[in-house]
Amino acid sequence: MIWEFLANNSPALIIAIPLIAAFATSLISRVSTRARNIWVILALVLTEIFVIILLYQVFNFGTKVYVFGASSYNLTLPPDSGGIPIRIIFVVDAMSIFMAFTASTVALAGVIYSISCENEQTGQDKYYTLLLLMTVGMLGMMLTGDLFNFFVFLEINSLASAALVAYRVDRGIAVEAAFKYAIISSLGGLMVLFAIGILYGQYDALNMAMVAYRMQATGFSNLDKIAMALLTVTLAMKAGAIPMHFWVPDGYGKAPGAISAMLVTTTYASLYGLFRMCFTVFGLAANTVTLGWFLIILGVLSMFVGVTMALVQHDIKRLMAYHSVSQTGYMLLGVGVGLATLGTTAFNQYGLAAMEGGIFHLINNSMYKGLLFLTAGAIIYRIGTSDLDKMGGLGHSMKYTMIFFMIGALAIAGIPPFNGFASKLLIYESVYQFNPILSIIAMIVSILTLASFVKVFHSAFMGPKRYDVKEVPLPMLVGMGILTFFIILFGLFPNIAMQYLVTPAATALSDPVGYITRVLGGGSL
Amino acid sequence: MLFNLVYITVAIVIIIGFYAALFKRNLIKIVIGISLIESGVNLFLVSLGYREGGIAPIYTNAPSTYMVLPTPQALTLTSIVIGVATTAMLLSFCVVIYRYYGTLDARKVRRLKE
Repeated sequence: MIWEFLANNSPALIIAIPLIAAFATSLISRVSTRARNIWVILALVLTEIFVIILLYQVFNFGTKVYVFGASSYNLTLPPDSGGIPIRIIFVVDAMSIFMAFTASTVALAGVIYSISCENEQTGQDKYYTLLLLMTVGMLGMMLTGDLFNFFVFLEINSLASAALVAYRVDRGIAVEAAFKYAIISSLGGLMVLFAIGILYGQYDALNMAMVAYRMQATGFSNLDKIAMALLTVTLAMKAGAIPMHFWVPDGYGKAPGAISAMLVTTTYASLYGLFRMCFTVFGLAANTVTLGWFLIILGVLSMFVGVTMALVQHDIKRLMAYHSVSQTGYMLLGVGVGLATLGTTAFNQYGLAAMEGGIFHLINNSMYKGLLFLTAGAIIYRIGTSDLDKMGGLGHSMKYTMIFFMIGALAIAGIPPFNGFASKLLIYESVYQFNPILSIIAMIVSILTLASFVKVFHSAFMGPKRYDVKEVPLPMLVGMGILTFFIILFGLFPNIAMQYLVTPAATALSDPVGYITRVLGGGSL
Repeated sequence: MLFNLVYITVAIVIIIGFYAALFKRNLIKIVIGISLIESGVNLFLVSLGYREGGIAPIYTNAPSTYMVLPTPQALTLTSIVIGVATTAMLLSFCVVIYRYYGTLDARKVRRLKE
């Protein structure tokens, strides 16, 4: 009974728990610091448990809908609504819950890491409140099936993450980075809202499934083209794709370590939004070949320019931020190939495999890029500088951090047996059948990535002992350990991740008709 | 004619906002630009929901049943609240930047590049 209640209401609880916890944090921190730390960790552990419950449900029983304020949780079209889903609906398909699993895992690792990394900073209550709000924003964007609700969570997420980038003021430099990030996010958010207004004006609905259904019925108008351009470009900007990437190195580079790791999943929440718009909202009406090539070109540019910019950096976190841009390119490439071949016979030959590669790379990159940012945070925590030229010899004293860094660096370069290899191989193989040149570019980028991380490894950990430091405290190692666990698990047993997470997600994303039918209730329309 | 006038106004307000956000060098003016774009988008949402002669959907003693679905108004209220939070945060960033740099000129606020 209680189990059933919790399972049915889990989409709402995934949002509600961190949201309530965020605002209760400042009250509980009046009791003691220890109580607050336990409270924050408990909230995210509970969220993770509910995500796993929902993952189990979606895997076994298919896409799940949750209607807010209706008499029954799955009543998408109440009899008094006149055939329009007027209430806010959460639609959790395999892709959404896959993203939510990624985000909540990284958030949990980040918060455990922060417990000791931030314990000498002032204003920690606000830090944890904002961190939980950022998690709410990400999870909300991933679970919602309503366009306006998507905008609201996007803004919650942008506000919280911009404030967190500025958290360590650092003679004003971090605030400068946060100002840039906040301007870009609010511009992007407003353009998303404008596009939503255009869609609402035409289709009288805010529900994604309803908008897609009516758009397919009435044909693709010029106003839809404007809305599509605004949505795809701004979400690609928020995801940090190349011509619009300029905020990424600043924002990632100046945020505290755990926040940089979480910013990676934040950008992937926007990337998820981009994929959701391309496939579900516009996928049936628009020309998917053009959209697919748009994603592919963005992806190839991001991969190549990102990695070449990374090679010349001297700041460890800026370097990793450029690599993050470059890795996002792989996902855009993989999913773009899937979108370009959608509906043709090529989709079953290699398009679906390319999408699986892109989506698998998304969770892999969140894990290893998160781990790398956490190790960079650990180095900065001990020696107080992020300049690679001033580092050296840390391998003598920070052995565990060095091992974690090596695992992350080998994973990002796509060396077996770590998870980066599994997803990159899928992308190379499938994209090669689509267009060999794209696949070759992807391989070259991978080699350059390895070169760049060899440089970082050498200058940070090798050489004579320059700093007399200790290993970082246990909670930081635990935070890094959680992510390492997933890297090794997905690297050694990629079939587990493929079977339970990636293939259902790729199948769900490439099936807009199934999504719409689930929300609008079979053939009743 | 009159109906299109609203959309033309929306476009003009948004373009002025973009101009300010992209070309002005004072950080506060950039924030004003963002705020203008937001007003333009809000005006767009409200004008989408306007129907001539329509009344609010309050059924008690309603003079007619020609009513307007209040969704755009609800969206606009939410968007205004979010806008207030964004503007407040951006302005507080300006305060901190001024405290550390002693200027709000975007050409001189560039320690990130060093």
